[in-house]
Amino acid sequence: MTTEQSPRVPSKAMPVTGTGDADVARPQSPASERLRATLVRPELVTVALLILAFVVGAVLSPFFLDAPFLLNYTSLFIEVGIMAIGMTYIIISGNIDLSVASALALVGTVAGILYFDLSVPMGLTVILSLALGAILGWINGALVTRMKLPALAVTLATLAFYRGVANILVGDDSRPKLAWSRDIVFPDWYVGVNRVYIPGTAIPLPLVIFLVLAAILGVVLHRTTFGRWVYAIGTNEEAARYSGIPTQRVKLLIFTLSGFLSGLAGLIMVSRLSVARYDHARGWELDVITAVVLGGTDIFGGRGSMFGTVIAYLLLIFLRTGMGVANIKAESQLAVIGTLLIVAIVVSNLTGRLRK
Amino acid sequence: MATINGVLQSQRRTNNLATQLSRFRELGIVLFLVLVIVGALAVEPGFLNPFNIRSILLWVPLLMVIAMGEMMVIITRGIDVSVGSTLGFAGIVVGMIFRDYPDFNIYLGTVLGILLGAMLGAVNGALIAWVRVPPIITTLGTLSAFRGLVFIVSGGRQVDPNHVPTALIRWSQIGPFGIQLVPWAVIIAAIVAVLAHLFLHFTKSGRNVYAIGGNPDAAQLRGIPVKITTFLVYAITGAMAGLAGILYASRFGFVNPGETGVGFELTVIAAVVIGGTNVFGGSGTVLGVALGCLLLGTINVALAVLGIAATWQLAVYGFVILLAVTVDAIIQRELRRATTGE
Amino acid sequence: MADNSLTLETKGIYMAFGGVDVLKDVDFEIHRGEVHGLVGENGAGKSTLAKIIAGVHQPRAGIIELEGEQVVIPSPHVATALGIALIHQEPLTFPELDVAENIFIGRQPITGGVRRVDWRAMYERASELLDTLGVDLEPHSKMRGMSIADQQMVEMAGALSQDAKILLMDEPTAALTPSEVEDLFAMMRRLRDQGTAIVFISHRLEEIFEICDRVSVLRDGEMVGVRDPKQISVDEVIRMMVGRPLSALYEKGNAHEIGQPVLEVKNLSRTMKFEDISLDVRAGEIVGVAGLVGSGRTDVARALFGALDIDAGVVSVDGEEVRINRPRDALAQGMIYVPEDRQHHGLLMSMTISQNVTLPVLETLVPSGWLRDRLEREVTKEYVEKLNIILRSISQPVRELSGGNQQKVVLSKWLLAKPKVMILDEPTRGIDIGAKAEVHRLMGELASQGLAILMISSELPEILAMSDRVIVMREGRITARFTRDEATAERIMAAATGQVLEEV
Repeated sequence: MTTEQSPRVPSKAMPVTGTGDADVARPQSPASERLRATLVRPELVTVALLILAFVVGAVLSPFFLDAPFLLNYTSLFIEVGIMAIGMTYIIISGNIDLSVASALALVGTVAGILYFDLSVPMGLTVILSLALGAILGWINGALVTRMKLPALAVTLATLAFYRGVANILVGDDSRPKLAWSRDIVFPDWYVGVNRVYIPGTAIPLPLVIFLVLAAILGVVLHRTTFGRWVYAIGTNEEAARYSGIPTQRVKLLIFTLSGFLSGLAGLIMVSRLSVARYDHARGWELDVITAVVLGGTDIFGGRGSMFGTVIAYLLLIFLRTGMGVANIKAESQLAVIGTLLIVAIVVSNLTGRLRK
Repeated sequence: MATINGVLQSQRRTNNLATQLSRFRELGIVLFLVLVIVGALAVEPGFLNPFNIRSILLWVPLLMVIAMGEMMVIITRGIDVSVGSTLGFAGIVVGMIFRDYPDFNIYLGTVLGILLGAMLGAVNGALIAWVRVPPIITTLGTLSAFRGLVFIVSGGRQVDPNHVPTALIRWSQIGPFGIQLVPWAVIIAAIVAVLAHLFLHFTKSGRNVYAIGGNPDAAQLRGIPVKITTFLVYAITGAMAGLAGILYASRFGFVNPGETGVGFELTVIAAVVIGGTNVFGGSGTVLGVALGCLLLGTINVALAVLGIAATWQLAVYGFVILLAVTVDAIIQRELRRATTGE
Repeated sequence: MADNSLTLETKGIYMAFGGVDVLKDVDFEIHRGEVHGLVGENGAGKSTLAKIIAGVHQPRAGIIELEGEQVVIPSPHVATALGIALIHQEPLTFPELDVAENIFIGRQPITGGVRRVDWRAMYERASELLDTLGVDLEPHSKMRGMSIADQQMVEMAGALSQDAKILLMDEPTAALTPSEVEDLFAMMRRLRDQGTAIVFISHRLEEIFEICDRVSVLRDGEMVGVRDPKQISVDEVIRMMVGRPLSALYEKGNAHEIGQPVLEVKNLSRTMKFEDISLDVRAGEIVGVAGLVGSGRTDVARALFGALDIDAGVVSVDGEEVRINRPRDALAQGMIYVPEDRQHHGLLMSMTISQNVTLPVLETLVPSGWLRDRLEREVTKEYVEKLNIILRSISQPVRELSGGNQQKVVLSKWLLAKPKVMILDEPTRGIDIGAKAEVHRLMGELASQGLAILMISSELPEILAMSDRVIVMREGRITARFTRDEATAERIMAAATGQVLEEV
């Protein structure tokens, strides 16, 4: 029992008028306060939806209960998950990055050019590509912090520009080029990352990469000073700045991180598909943002969790699996995701108002 | 060094500076346009032949009608990226009607297209104005949702050239008095631009659009119907996208669910933004946006003439948007510093 | 001239914000055809009363009567319909539109069968209105870049165009030159003679005495009295505004020594904000900065703290010149700033108390970067006890606390940083008497421990009680410096308002 549990009893000299003081008569232990806060979290809704989706899916189709099938399905869109990790930081900080999918395409394209056109060894290609991703993110960040441009406008422009550069680099073609023989391909060790499994299990490597990254970056977000700064900036950037937080540096870092993860996603996609094209992941920024928002992250910033993003990503996978199994066409699936995004925001709005 | 009160002179100077800068903007677009033409002429001396001019002019209608709506949206500090999907939806639905009922009146079809577009735009408007979903999120979602609708409705099948009424196609081939240089589609676009200008300049609603973008709080306090006006601009934009769907069918002779309108929103936004519409809201002119459309149309044809059209388009749009936003931001910052010292 | 028919009367108005009483049982009335001054110190409730009448706020209790009939004013829109117009301190204008439109937006004249906006009629009417006001402005001019004075004129023309019978003017002269003020007064007299009732809120007593037919004095949210300026002196009004038993406040003792200058500022300037500011604060000293709203004090504070760029000037800490470009730099130099606007700059309202308290010092608290909840809690509790903060739990969002306790949280967070220099901007604004006393006691303690404190305050008793030295600013410049003995309420007010005081 520490002093924290007994509320401060006001002395007679001080008239108590504050709104918080009304609760002085009802002391609450810190444990129960934290429990209450946990229960009210939006992530719980996401988890509930996940379970619901799973149950519905299982009832509708036997495939759902086939673990290897589901696990394989996670690889099909793992890039969305990886980019969503970065997007979580971005949205919590009160910004947005529409260019993630375009950066993915550009990095993948450059990787192809480095390896095939410039004969750069694949290992070095991978490193340079990751660096490029970071640079692309840094450019976004610099425009937002140094030039003080709105993130929406900047990343809308780079959404077009990055993919545009990829288009210029390879045109409508791919790397390896369509015309080439089947012998000119990416190295064996590089392609097919989704067919690599944890020994003895059906868990594909991309999923592991995703979960590990989410875990590491989740810990950073929730348990480090840097992470606290991200939340502060998203809550009230001015006040955060007045509190001595290096807001510009943090934002720059977050955009760079997002770019880096997009680059990584680009490399994974090229590995999965064995080919690099300028139109990879076209339109996937929608899925990425949906994953983050569906996970309980407030689009206006200041609230959210990596856990929520991971759950929401899995939820999206289940949905996509379900729709795929039900033979719903890709474009219709897209429509569902789009609708889902809007519904997620609407619900978030309503619960936000209820909370207040 | 100016103090708070000894500052009348510099403030009056800044007032003129602001007015000058806005005129400068339109001049700047014309300059940019001239540069592009000169550049194209340098590579291809016969650039300004009637065929190319007509190509440029044909580019404009599709772009301009939507840009008129998008301009209003951006003036109110919003954005609409779903216009490409709305275009596709109206195009495919009306196209399918033409396919199944070859004698269907093309004017009726056009009106139907506009109404369909307005309907979709109204969905955006309602979500943004009353449910308070941020515009980028709403329209990002409807971009996909509406595109999905296109597929559902069309069953994935395109509307073939032989199903699009010849009369409709002639809108993009022939103009008044049989002139080939300025097809009817261009006239339609010009009319829309004029109507947009009349709306923005001569109706209270139109003036309210500027007010909402210029100072949303003041607009609220002055009793301006912010929600309804916001709803209206998205509905209008949708309607214009619907019209553009019809014009698409006229220009290209087919409608394809996977292609029609895909990515068009970027072109539209680029035209609006380079046309002097400030992303921070509150200002924008029909003339500027029309020039922006002309500029983008010219760039597109110039790229085609240089043989690099398709692959360079995206990068050009991205660059143009970035350039316009940066220039605007710098101007804004300097003005603010000069007038308030912030 | 003054038609004695009552136009508007408030009875028993009670208003509170976040647990702090702002207006208590206020009766106020204004006739047709008079200019009625409303004076009081910062925080006395003048703006709030005006906003209640203008429909921006709704009173917790009390009624408003218009022409003898009770009315409810739930929104500015309704107020406008009732003929009440509020001219804000910071004009609400549309920068991209021109003068005429700013006047008529939403209500432009219509013409023709098509019902289109009649621009010509609008410009004509705008011209007429501006002429009526005696203002030299072109209806075609764009608002962007216009001086505050001109913007106010446009706002007033707007009010007129709505046939405002009651005009509430909140500190309209704050940013005007003397000649602009004269123009304004000429216009006000014209309107008054036409029967408009004008409520004139101002800190500048010489103006009140020049233009007002009557003046009401508010103090601490209570209406002290209504007087005729012709039958009362400035000093008496000041006494009404200020007079309160000073014993309710803590007085800074002189028990400790005052050391070397910790903060030295020379020739600090920023275009449009302030000019040639030089001051110093010594260890153990409290320097009070007095002045009216808009005199530039907060801007100076922000500039020192790195939240505002400067054009010229040198800042030194402990004798060494420093360059402070952002708050983080200031913090590194041991300088902290407790902002005027608690809610927007001082605290992150939706975050918890302990998160707020530890925010500026996380890097020193947990150098490894790994958050340690228990350590944060312990450190927070230490300050909660030290400052006597009343709360339910330190995991509570800080917005649930009362104003006084919120301010204590702000102070905690900065004390944790072990500063050398504290810049406090209105440290006791909006908090109740008990908390005020505690804050003052704390300030005294800190000074005795060697902190250098720069205190911006609009509350004269606070300035007089707490300051070792007083600096007065007016319109971006320092106009007076007083030692503790030299400082009196009248002298400070005089320097703040630019008056020349008759020393008795």
